[in-house]
Amino acid sequence: MDSIYIHIILLALIIISSIFAVSYARVIRGAIILGIVSMLVSISLFLLSCPLAGIFELSVCSGLITVIFISVISLTLPPDEKQRKVNSVSMMKKMVLLVLLVLVCGFSLYMLDSKNITFVPLMQNVQESIDTRDNIWNLRHVDLIGQALILLTGLFAVVVLFKKDKNKDKK
Amino acid sequence: MSFSLAVLIPLFLVLFFNLPFYKISGKIAVFIASLFCIVQAFSFFIPADASCPAIQSLVSYFMLDFQCDGISRLMLLTSAIVAFSAILVLYATEESDRKQFNFINLILLSLAGMNGLFFVRDVFSIYVFIEVISATSCILIAINKDKNSLEASFKYLIMSSVATVMMLASVAILFLVAGGTDFVTVSNMYQQYGGNILVMSAVVLFIAGLFIKGGIMPFHGWLPDTYSAGSAPVSVYIPGIVTKTLGIYTLIRLFYSVFGFNTAIQSILLIFASISIVFGAFAAINQNNFKRMLAYSSISQVGYIVLGFGAGTTFGVAAAIFHLFNHSVFKSLLFVNSAALEKQVNISDMSEMGGLASKMPVTSTTSVIAFLSTAGIPPLSGFWSKLMIILALWTADLKVYAVIAILASILTMTYFLIMQKKVFFGRLKEGFENVKEAPLAITFVSILLCAITVVVGLLFPFVLNGLINSAVSF
Repeated sequence: MDSIYIHIILLALIIISSIFAVSYARVIRGAIILGIVSMLVSISLFLLSCPLAGIFELSVCSGLITVIFISVISLTLPPDEKQRKVNSVSMMKKMVLLVLLVLVCGFSLYMLDSKNITFVPLMQNVQESIDTRDNIWNLRHVDLIGQALILLTGLFAVVVLFKKDKNKDKK
Repeated sequence: MSFSLAVLIPLFLVLFFNLPFYKISGKIAVFIASLFCIVQAFSFFIPADASCPAIQSLVSYFMLDFQCDGISRLMLLTSAIVAFSAILVLYATEESDRKQFNFINLILLSLAGMNGLFFVRDVFSIYVFIEVISATSCILIAINKDKNSLEASFKYLIMSSVATVMMLASVAILFLVAGGTDFVTVSNMYQQYGGNILVMSAVVLFIAGLFIKGGIMPFHGWLPDTYSAGSAPVSVYIPGIVTKTLGIYTLIRLFYSVFGFNTAIQSILLIFASISIVFGAFAAINQNNFKRMLAYSSISQVGYIVLGFGAGTTFGVAAAIFHLFNHSVFKSLLFVNSAALEKQVNISDMSEMGGLASKMPVTSTTSVIAFLSTAGIPPLSGFWSKLMIILALWTADLKVYAVIAILASILTMTYFLIMQKKVFFGRLKEGFENVKEAPLAITFVSILLCAITVVVGLLFPFVLNGLINSAVSF
């Protein structure tokens, strides 16, 4: 399971799906692919021995957030034929920009590598001994409150922005 | 320990309001939320260690790892005052019961996030609570669902996301290097490796993210639209406390409790603060829209807070915190005045107004007090905090910045005099003959905020000893 090829394949899949998620003209497909990206990130985190981060990614991002995204998008109107044509042209532009972005990042990393910068010694075996449950309920319980608040806010976003006003409709 | 309640109560109130068995009206929600704000404001005067055993045992069940110091308590008071003002403005300006209900829910969620941010001592938790406040603010801005508010909300969302990415990257680097995210671990790491390029880049990324959230120039692009497009209560709440908490309080907290100062960081703070002060003031002079003028004025005044903090001394931190409190109060007052004008005249273009002082005496008088305080005229609260900022800069041998702060006060005076002349003074414009004073809820808030501005100014020695010195230990 620890083969480096699995990590490389996962990383490549994450990058490719992320590019598709942000460049798809139809937002519903983008949202579904975003869910897949989160799932791939969760697998990668589990393989990298970070179960806590994996659990959060799986539960919050690929689970609830994707469901909220898809439900919100389903409530909006689909684009017409004219809009679709405009979107497909802008998608080509986005692709060119993405290639440029990848090239700039690659060049920057190459330049950084050649500068021979002294990096800080990284901490080894960070919190390896701590149990995941212990981590969630004892160490990061404050963040759980924050996450509950964000989820409630997301629900209110759907209610406030997308629920039809019955009184307005009657008028 | 009992300060955990400041986060838990609003969270439980939102859950309680939305239980499926019954329906709570907007007015009851407004009443309960106002009551919570009053209790929160009075909690400032209760000593941190004084707590009822029953409450302690209840809160200990949740084991929230919060810590409270003087700065947290002062911020708790400030957020309660501003939220209370926004809720009363909501009550006076919003007729739809459903909208009132939704607004109260969102403001309670935002308050829970904000109170959490005041008490956490962990860089990742700071990021989490910043996100709570940003998400609620985004929806609050868009709550009217018209073109302007949706556009402003979208701008805020995009800029906020950029800031979020920067801060998250910074937290990731800090975690990578320090092996933990709590303040003590990160601070110890920073003492050892503060000059390292990786650590410095993490700190700069965090500062840039906070500058975007705080609307410091040149990261202010989203701010004028957001302040002017939101509904009246949103225009009181977001400029009054949200941007200051997200951008400025977090900046002060991180550098006061974690990173400390070095000359590079100090230069960044002082230069960006000076740009904000001067350009914000010049931009405000050229505005015709009342709310946009106040938005640019906010950019300028937030620059003063960062400038005071940039002095890098404990006195500078005290001055910054004091100006943050004062600015929250008098800027909220000015936005309440703009809500009063919007409600009674239904115009925000200042060139179309005139002579309203005779028709709206309370709004006119309180706006004069607020602008005099903003410009730093004695004996109002703004004078003392600006004086402290200038003294902090002078004693830290940053005389050029002290002179900039003094000269920019003249610009502040200029744009507020232009505003007063256009809106309240002169002959009454045609069509305004039947204009009346704003509703009782709005005038009550105006008088309350005005009283705080005057009393804090007049009782400055007591405020300095009781409020500021306890917040920042000299």
